[in-house]
Amino acid sequence: MEEHNKESSHHIIDYGTYVFVWLLLVGLTSLTVTIAGINLGDYTLVVAMFIALIKASLVIAIFMHIKVEEPIFKVFIAIILITLLVIFILTFADYSFR
Amino acid sequence: MVSNNSSHTTHRHRDDVGAKLGMWLFLFTELLLFGGMFLAYAVYRMKYPQQFHLSAMEMNTTIGTINTIILLTSSLTMVLSIAAIQKKNKFLSIIFLVSTLILGVLFLINKYFEWGHEISKGIYPGSEVLLSKDNGEILYFGLYYAMTGLHGLHVIIGMIVLLFMLVFIINDNIKWDDYVKLENSGLYWHLVDIIWIFLFPLFYLIQ
Amino acid sequence: MANGTAVLADKSFYEEGTTKAKSGIAAWIFSTDHKRIGLLYLFAIVTFFIVGVIIAELIRLELIAPGETIVDAETYNRLFTLHGVIMIFLFIIPGIPAIFGNFFLPIQIGAKDVAFPRLNLLSWWLYMTGAALALTSLFLPGGPADTGWTFYIPYSVRTGTNVTIALFAAFILGFSSILTGLNFVTTVHRLRAPGMTWFKMPLNIWALYATAWIQVIATPIIGITLLLIIVERTFGVGIFDPTLGGDPVLYQHLFWIYSHPAVYVMILPAMGVVSEIIATFSRRTVFGYKMVAFSSLTIAFVGYLVWAHHMFTSGLSETAAVLFSLLTFVVAIPSAIKVFNWIATMYKGSIDPRTPFKWVMVFIFLFSIGGLTGLVLGSLATDVHLHDTYFVVAHFHFVMFGGAGTIFIAAMHYWFPKMFGRMYNEKIADLGVYMFLVSFLTLYFPMFLLGYNGQPRRYFDYLPQFQTLHVISTIGAWMMLITLTLIIWNLINALRKGEKAPANPWGGVTLEWQTSSPPPLENFEEIPEITGEAYDFSKLKGTEYGLK
Repeated sequence: MEEHNKESSHHIIDYGTYVFVWLLLVGLTSLTVTIAGINLGDYTLVVAMFIALIKASLVIAIFMHIKVEEPIFKVFIAIILITLLVIFILTFADYSFR
Repeated sequence: MVSNNSSHTTHRHRDDVGAKLGMWLFLFTELLLFGGMFLAYAVYRMKYPQQFHLSAMEMNTTIGTINTIILLTSSLTMVLSIAAIQKKNKFLSIIFLVSTLILGVLFLINKYFEWGHEISKGIYPGSEVLLSKDNGEILYFGLYYAMTGLHGLHVIIGMIVLLFMLVFIINDNIKWDDYVKLENSGLYWHLVDIIWIFLFPLFYLIQ
Repeated sequence: MANGTAVLADKSFYEEGTTKAKSGIAAWIFSTDHKRIGLLYLFAIVTFFIVGVIIAELIRLELIAPGETIVDAETYNRLFTLHGVIMIFLFIIPGIPAIFGNFFLPIQIGAKDVAFPRLNLLSWWLYMTGAALALTSLFLPGGPADTGWTFYIPYSVRTGTNVTIALFAAFILGFSSILTGLNFVTTVHRLRAPGMTWFKMPLNIWALYATAWIQVIATPIIGITLLLIIVERTFGVGIFDPTLGGDPVLYQHLFWIYSHPAVYVMILPAMGVVSEIIATFSRRTVFGYKMVAFSSLTIAFVGYLVWAHHMFTSGLSETAAVLFSLLTFVVAIPSAIKVFNWIATMYKGSIDPRTPFKWVMVFIFLFSIGGLTGLVLGSLATDVHLHDTYFVVAHFHFVMFGGAGTIFIAAMHYWFPKMFGRMYNEKIADLGVYMFLVSFLTLYFPMFLLGYNGQPRRYFDYLPQFQTLHVISTIGAWMMLITLTLIIWNLINALRKGEKAPANPWGGVTLEWQTSSPPPLENFEEIPEITGEAYDFSKLKGTEYGLK
């Protein structure tokens, strides 16, 4: 067990990868700010949330090391995302039909 | 003999994956804590789209953008600090961690001026200016103060945790082969970043 | 070191845990031993339970006659709020997981302790802090909260009573619950003994695991909701208050998103204990083990999807009401799977009806009534009539007290010999079971009739025609008081002068029965290696336990 642990927590990612991801994140930020200036009507929120989701996934996958962690972590995250999704959908089952 | 044996620490084995699993579970609770507020935001925004739009005009997008960049950069320095300790570079790790802390302070200073600006305009909970506005605007600013306030509190908590980590690195409590504490603190810091990634477009970019 | 272990072999954690460095009370309140923490919880939780019972007796006494009897309307509001807050947040939510979960989860999976022992201790301290805060709110100017345990908006924003402190207390208690939950999830994932695969775990562990997940993913929602009321009360931030544009129904959504799953935090661990007790006293492996295990997870998940059935009359959209009503019926499926499998387990078993088993029989009876009346309330058409009546009060006392509460007592009787190394007087304990059943039905059954006839809940006054039923119920409350006194007295008596308990008094086969009573500090002399399934009674050889 213990040997196994040590191994899995020793995935070392290069400095360069991190910097590259950071550049992507900054790029996406300027993208979302630029798009906000354009009037997209109903799609404004959708696009903004989509970009935010990409940014968050990048942070989770690379900065938070989920890409190299054991699969169980991904299962856990999936559980939480489903939970959040369910809460939103069911609450809006009320508000959308008022 | 008895006293030696009865101490738990003598037997406790190290389980880095277990520690991280626990940390992630804790992060989920934080995520859901904010999730509740995001839900309130979503409901009210659907109810009062115009007023939300109007209120967001009061926001300073530039400050918001700068703060986003600051937090993203602090996330980078955070993860670099972990990478440095993995590569046995204690000095570099300290430098990166200190940078993270400085960026955290910068974020808070910005926040301070931003809130100060709103308050100087008379927009704060319970103020006459705010109460004279429409319901949707009162809610927008109510959520704005509650959500960015709680987020700011998390930044402060994160910084306190990172200060402890700094001390641990300096006195070799955190080393290249035992850095799960630093990693977990980093996870917390990234979570604070992720929440900001969503707060930013929701409050600053609906103009 | 090796010598030391040999010397310690016959000592229990009571002796081993107290050392020169740590003795007296410090050896308890600063101990990170999961067994000691479990007992700390036991002591605290039982104390609060007794307080809650006394308040309930006052409520019932007030209701013995219409009009003001012993307290005025305002005091009555505070009393039922206090009763609800104490029983829910201080007794039944932490009850089984914090006491028996702490004590037996590590032992049943063959671990030395939980994954984060210090966090476990912190969790107890947070519990005590929350409890202390809740008590402080009673004595500060403003007086105890009078909102009901649900803290509904807008009244909770407007009332001058100490709602803020009560809310903060609940927030801290929630934090404590979260920490216990994440500790248990991690423990089950990381610390199972070699060979203990997922499907070799006792069903109690499955139930605790599912519960722990609910604690982790539901509690934060109530945390933030309560915080938002505090912020709204203290700083006048507009969030829920309708005068500031807020939506009180949104508060109800957020409140029940937690508080409905919380119902499963209360009942799921009880169901786990039931599986253990039935297997042990039927000397048979649990029928449909996998289905029972999965039904715990299913209940945890589906329990997350049904919260708005508490809100059918609050102005919910019709679509949502129909949807939530439908989903509510779905929860009945995994619950029924459990009940049927328990009964199938007993079939052709070699049943030994000792005290814990009798408690489980009472549970199945009362819980079935509670569960079925739940369907009456889950149906839209009937709920509109019965909402906020005594029917609801009767229903949730049947599931909570008749369900989780009964099993709390059952678990106490089942694991008492293991926890304290002593046996209790089984004759008196059995008498307790019978008295409990009679007084329970006298106390709560009239409430179904009251509610059906239209008596609303939370009123200190009522129409004269309801008096007979109220008097019966109040008499039942007195009988219940006598019963509980007898049960507790019997156990305390056993602590003082009970016979020494053997390691395995019931003939159980899960791991806790394979270590001494009470267990040593590190639970086992050697970490066991698990080869067979959890309930393999062929291990029990000889006629010792009445087996052929």
